[in-house]
Amino acid sequence: MSNSAERTHLEEQIAHWREYLRRRRAINSPDVAELEDHLRNQVGELSGAGLASDEAFLIAVKRLGSLDSLSLEFAREHTERLWKQLVMPPDADHSRAPGREMLVVLILAAISAAAFKLPALFGVSFGENAEFYARNLSLFVLPVLTGYFAWKRHLGVITCGWLLLAFAAAGLLANVFPFSPGSDTLKLTALHLPIALWLVVGFAYVGGHWFASSGRMNFVRFSGELFIYYVLIALGGGVLTAFTLMMFSAIGIDAGWFAASWLVPCGGLAAVIVGSWLVEAKQSVIENMAPVLTKLFTPLFTLVLLVFLATLFLTGRAIDVQRDVLIAFDLLLALVVGLTLYAASARDAGAPPDIFDKLQLTLVVSALLADVLALAAITARISEFGFTPNRVAALGENLILLVNLAGSAWLYARFVRHRGSFAALEQWQVAYLPAYSVWSALVVAVFPPLFGYR
Amino acid sequence: MDLGKDLVAASATPLVLAILAEGDSYGYAIIKRVAKLSAGHLQWTDGMLYPVLHRLERQGLVSMKWGESESGRKRKYYRITKSGRLLLVTQQQQWQVVDETLRGVWIKA
Repeated sequence: MSNSAERTHLEEQIAHWREYLRRRRAINSPDVAELEDHLRNQVGELSGAGLASDEAFLIAVKRLGSLDSLSLEFAREHTERLWKQLVMPPDADHSRAPGREMLVVLILAAISAAAFKLPALFGVSFGENAEFYARNLSLFVLPVLTGYFAWKRHLGVITCGWLLLAFAAAGLLANVFPFSPGSDTLKLTALHLPIALWLVVGFAYVGGHWFASSGRMNFVRFSGELFIYYVLIALGGGVLTAFTLMMFSAIGIDAGWFAASWLVPCGGLAAVIVGSWLVEAKQSVIENMAPVLTKLFTPLFTLVLLVFLATLFLTGRAIDVQRDVLIAFDLLLALVVGLTLYAASARDAGAPPDIFDKLQLTLVVSALLADVLALAAITARISEFGFTPNRVAALGENLILLVNLAGSAWLYARFVRHRGSFAALEQWQVAYLPAYSVWSALVVAVFPPLFGYR
Repeated sequence: MDLGKDLVAASATPLVLAILAEGDSYGYAIIKRVAKLSAGHLQWTDGMLYPVLHRLERQGLVSMKWGESESGRKRKYYRITKSGRLLLVTQQQQWQVVDETLRGVWIKA
């Protein structure tokens, strides 16, 4: 080997070693630089003594000690490094500088906070037009969030045009109908518009390739993590608000108006953007929380459902059909669908069925059973109650969730009995995602005229 | 002759401080110096020196500064601080006590 070829080979080996060292969490990049200096000195000395450079490299690496014991020693000295992982990974090797992304995120968060105050400039104040704000709440932030993903994923102009069109249509639908004040259809619109538009966000999240493999599941993971981050940020915001009120009341000034019309709404909207950014930044750094919560609560919910069913059968009680019973069972089904979805999101699709899959199947089947009992009780008396918009919406949601769970139960049963693959179940779950948004869009677009805006 | 792990660990602090008391230095040179002083008997796994240096820095016994090596690469230099020198003095006294005690026992035997 010629001298220069030997040099390049050595540089390659050192680069390789450096990469390997960087993967250790306890060893940060200044440490790597320091150890590299040591390695080069050692290699230089050994080569000077007549060793070939790759022999010298091997000996020098060996003298540094095994990687595991080395990183253990570093971890003992720098325990904080095993904890401090977020905000922000310093060696993010993305094409865009992290500082620039942070700037974009802050600007976008400010835009959605400002969007909330914009209508007030035209005389539509928050205090007097609560219904306007309820209908349009998601429109203050979701287009901005979509814009963030469009920027981050380099979406084409045509795709952006379609996304814009979707938001324009949503804005139109939310505002052209002559809702009567306090009407049910208005509340339904306020509730369903965000769910419908979440699909648009998802489309931007997956970079416009909705059917690309794993894109949709990543969006599910993102949604779960965002929810958890949002709750955490909201808790912090609550403390901030309480402190603001307390401090100003100490000097005899009532800051309630500021908290109610600035701090809480603007902060709440901006937090969606900031939370999304945090989830994006941390995805590979920290374990996802949603699947952990799922693993924790699936057994508990299963137990509660089984005890509920057993009590129902043993005591011979019937489900008391109150006004809200359908909504309660909708929530139950949504929860079980969520548990199934997040259990699937963290599962290795290739692994054979284990005890947790059987537990999950038990959960799904018992939820189905409970819901069928509730539906039977409700259908028997639906004519008494009449078809109000709320009831029809709740019934539709129940059916959609029921179909999802029935399909899941069927596929889970096949999987547990080694007749089918887990991938089929995952496919079914992600393929079903648009159904929720499509139904919500239907509620927003069709229900108000159908029920005469009451 | 291989020294026991505990003895190596216990002697690391006074040894590193004493070497730095001679003048600023960096990891590789410190290890070379230790090997020379002990005539090769005190063999450290090279990598283990660095967590020790980082601990001494955290305890304020040494300070560090990035400099350049002869070939122009980045190199981390360490310098002993005032409290490092104070600790070195106490440690010297303590090791002397240990040394004298052991000598006393071994000469009698």
